[in-house]
This record gives sequence, C-alpha cells and structure tokens, in this order.
Amino acid sequence: MSLNLADVKRIAHLARIAVEEDEMPGYLQQLSNILNLVEEMQAVDTAGIEPMAHAQDVVLRLRNDVATEIDRHAAYQAVAPQVEAGLYLVPKVIE
Amino acid sequence: MINTSLKELSAQLASKKISSVELTQTFLDRIKGLNPKLNAFITIDENKSLAQAKAADALIASGEAGPLTGIPVAQKDIFCAEGWLSTCGSKMLHNFVSPYDAHVIEQFNRSGAVNLGKTNMDEFAMGSSNETSYYGKVKNPWDLDAVPGGSSGGSAAAVAARLCPAATGTDTGGSIRQPAALNGITGIKPTYGVVSRYGMIAFASSLDQGGPMAKSAEDCALLLNVMAGFDARDSTSLEREKEDYGRDLEQPLKGLRIGLPKEYFAAGLSADVAQAIEAALTEYRKLGAQTVDISLPNSKLAVPVYYVLAPAEASSNLARFDGVRYGYRAPEYTDLADMYGKSRAQGFGAEVKRRIMIGTYVLSAGYYDAYYLKAQKLRRLIAQDFTNAFAQCDMIMGPTSPTTAFNLGEKSDDPVSMYLSDIYTIAVNLAGLPGMSVPAGFGANGRPVGLQIIGNYFSEAKMLNVAHQYQLATDWHTRVPQGI
Repeated sequence: MSLNLADVKRIAHLARIAVEEDEMPGYLQQLSNILNLVEEMQAVDTAGIEPMAHAQDVVLRLRNDVATEIDRHAAYQAVAPQVEAGLYLVPKVIE
Repeated sequence: MINTSLKELSAQLASKKISSVELTQTFLDRIKGLNPKLNAFITIDENKSLAQAKAADALIASGEAGPLTGIPVAQKDIFCAEGWLSTCGSKMLHNFVSPYDAHVIEQFNRSGAVNLGKTNMDEFAMGSSNETSYYGKVKNPWDLDAVPGGSSGGSAAAVAARLCPAATGTDTGGSIRQPAALNGITGIKPTYGVVSRYGMIAFASSLDQGGPMAKSAEDCALLLNVMAGFDARDSTSLEREKEDYGRDLEQPLKGLRIGLPKEYFAAGLSADVAQAIEAALTEYRKLGAQTVDISLPNSKLAVPVYYVLAPAEASSNLARFDGVRYGYRAPEYTDLADMYGKSRAQGFGAEVKRRIMIGTYVLSAGYYDAYYLKAQKLRRLIAQDFTNAFAQCDMIMGPTSPTTAFNLGEKSDDPVSMYLSDIYTIAVNLAGLPGMSVPAGFGANGRPVGLQIIGNYFSEAKMLNVAHQYQLATDWHTRVPQGI
C-alpha cells in the first residue's frame, strides 16, 4: 500500500493540519518510510486472534447518574484564546 | 546533600538537621547554575516551590510528616499542575497555565512533597532523544554532545546531574527506561493501570503510564508508593489494595530465575552494551540467581505494531488541540476550518504532525482493518510471548537500549532509525507489563548503560527488590557525571 501526493493531501485534511504544497513531497517520503516499517505486520497470519485494546481486560466502571463536577468554567475559560460572556469565540460558521 | 538518598533526606528533615526550605533552595541554586548548560527544565518557579517547602517544614514541625514530606521532586511537563505552565514540550501549550492538578501531582501534594519545577521533554512525549521539544534540546550531563534520550529526557538529565533528588516520567514506548539508561539513573514504568493518567497529557492512552525516575531502586519504591493508587477519573485505573513497594527490598535473590530473551541479545546490540549487561548478569549469578534462555518470538513485530497503535491513539487524543478552548491559536485565518488547520500546523512540531498523519491514515476508511485491527491482533501475540516466558522465569533481563546515548543530531533527520532505539522497551508497553532500567556500567565512549528488568504484572515490589540487591552489590548507580 504505497501513498501518493493525493493521499497526503487527503490525510492532512482529515487531520486538520494545513500543509503547504511545497511540504507535500517531504511528508510523502516520511509517511511512506513509516508505512514501510510497519509493513512487516502483514506477513503474520492473525486469523482467529482476538484484537487486544488494553493490557488488562477490565470492564468500564459505571457510576450513579448524579452531577459530581463543580462549576469551574471561569478557571477553565481563563486559558482559552478568545472568550466572551462565558462563551468560546470562533469564526462565524453560519452565514 | 545532593547525592543523599530520599530515605536519608527524609530522616534529616524529620530530625530537623535540615529544613525543606534549605533543601529546596540548594536544588534551585543548582538548577540556576547548571540548567543553562543542560536545558533540563522548562519552568522554574522559586516562590511556588519555596512556599511548598515552608508548608512542608510546618507539617514536619507538627509531627505529621510522611516519607516524602519536604522532598523536592521535579515533575515532567506532561503532568498538569495547577497554576504552573504545563506545556508538554509543545508550542501548542506555550501559554497553558493549568487550572487543575493531575492525580500524580495531587498525590505528591498530599504527601507534602515540593514541586521543584517542570522538566523538558520531547513534544507530547513523541521522541527518543529530547530533540523534538519546542523549548530546545536537553543535553546529556555525561557528555554534552550526547542526547539524554526521551521522552522523559529532562527528568533523567536532572536526576543524573543532581539538579533534583528525584523526578517523574511517563513511558509509552520506553520514555522512562531509555532516558534512565542513557543518563545512568534508575526508573520504573509500573504495570499499566497502577498510576492514574488523569491530568497526564495523553499521547497513546492504552500504553501511557507514569512512573518515578531517581538515583536508586530504594528511592523509586518511596516515590511509587505516593504515585500509585486508584483514581476513578481514569477509566483504566485499576482498583487494587494500596501496597508498599519497598516491602521486599531486603529479600535475598537466591533461587531467582532470570530469563534472557535471545531476541534481546541478537544482531543490532552494540558490543560494549552487551559486555556491560553480561557483567551485570554475572553479578546476579553471584547473588544466587540463575539464568534461563527464553524466547520472545514476536519481538520483531513490536516496533511495527507500536508505530500503528501509538500514532492512531495520538491522532485521536490530539484532536482536542483545535485553538478553541486552550492553547495556541494562529494569529490569522479566514474561517473555522482555516483556523483549525493553521493553529495545528503552527502549534505542532514536525514529529507530532507526522504521527498524527500516520495515525489518521491507519484509522481512515478502507485501511482500518489492514493496519489498526491487524496491529491489535499482533499486540495479543506479543503479550502472549511474555505470559509464556514467565512460566519459565521470575524476571526477564536484557539491555534497555541497543546502544549508549547517541550524538545530538545523529538521528534527528531519520525518524525510522530513531524509532529503532526503543526496540527492547516497546513490547513491554504493548503487553502492559512493568519494566525498569538500572545503571549497569559504561560503554566504550564513557556513556552509561542501562540493564532492563521486566517483571510479570503487578510484580513491582519484587522488581525493586531485584534492582536494590544489585545496587547493594555494585556502585554504578552512585556514579555522577563529572565536569559539568
């Protein structure tokens, strides 16, 4: 599975990383090298093996449906790039 | 004072021979003098540290001190600490003063320990040389031309240069053990789930685990006693009885079966490292242990599997950095999509962007089964290798890293060659096992060699015992870099 420049463009878009045209060939080369490294996986037969997501097979804990968080929005919003009246500001998305 | 063990420092604090303020000031002065050379710290805040030291002295005076009360501990900058700049080595978080404490920080605060400052690291813990930090490279105190390893390179260099009595690290693919090895210090990555990941900025959540980095196994046991513990805010934190990790330190090693995986002593291991590890094993035999040849047949798959799973999890975790709620936002943009793209392009460094993009690709439609699911299946085979091996031995030993510290710049242009420096450490994270690195001599170039000890699940106390007995018989862990 080798990559081409169109793939790199698509990946950059999915990752929401603005990549300049002149950076594309560099990324193509580096990402291809990493894919070559991981290609070794394909030679192993894994039929019938359960995928392992976590080291310990634990089940997710449940808790009672009650509010446990205290309101600290002022502290959390103090580190935001742009805030007004308790709201995060972003560029207009609806014309 | 700078070479004194935590146990002895604690005794001196308790007997009022020294105060925490004096101790903290001593290390702050050392940092001021030596950090310009080493760049091991990103943030120092004398006032905050000294205020904690004063409070610790009051606690000691009132007779309510614990083993770490008044001890200054340097914190890897991956741990969020309230009121402290917490950058994770990235421009993305260059202005992030954390509004909350990580569980690990809370635990240290509760114990009365002093936060001595935030240590440098590879950006978002992605790297093995500390060269990807936005805040500049860290230098290895044993040789200023050498890398300190990574990603916890700042913590390792700080402990080695005695800029702090102890530090914290995190280990996703070797980030505690490899820098510990390259700096001649002791570090342990516990079993996955023992130390809470709450407030530890996420890289690859199914692999990330915090742990201590210090001058000896005995010190690591004291630190792990504070760091470990159940925390409901981390969904993978394990509910287990609190244990004393130092309880077995003095046990003799007679009859210990040490497994030597043939894959860890094969081509690629440099001769000087092999020689130092061989000498360490001879020491263990003198202590009454026996060695057993074992095999971890799927070892060669660990690096490929890791470079699918870790980037995949990273691409998901790092999606939160969008320039909206915290961190860096690009100064100019046209619309929301442009703001996301530019903030992330400008806020992340090259290695982080590469890994996000690889992770995005392996999770994308049409490739998920071939890469991500395939890697998860192989992960089980890798974990199974260890289960099989522990039927034949009590501990597994080998080199932590195939070479001693390499030169700054030597591998920074070739990511894939950098990835291979973690060839012996990555499988441990994939299996979720505890692993540690212990100083075991020096290579041909005078740079430290680390012996890796891998234990079965939840065998940290035994591993620390195995390391401590070696440290009673040898003095590698007491060596300090000269001429810095």
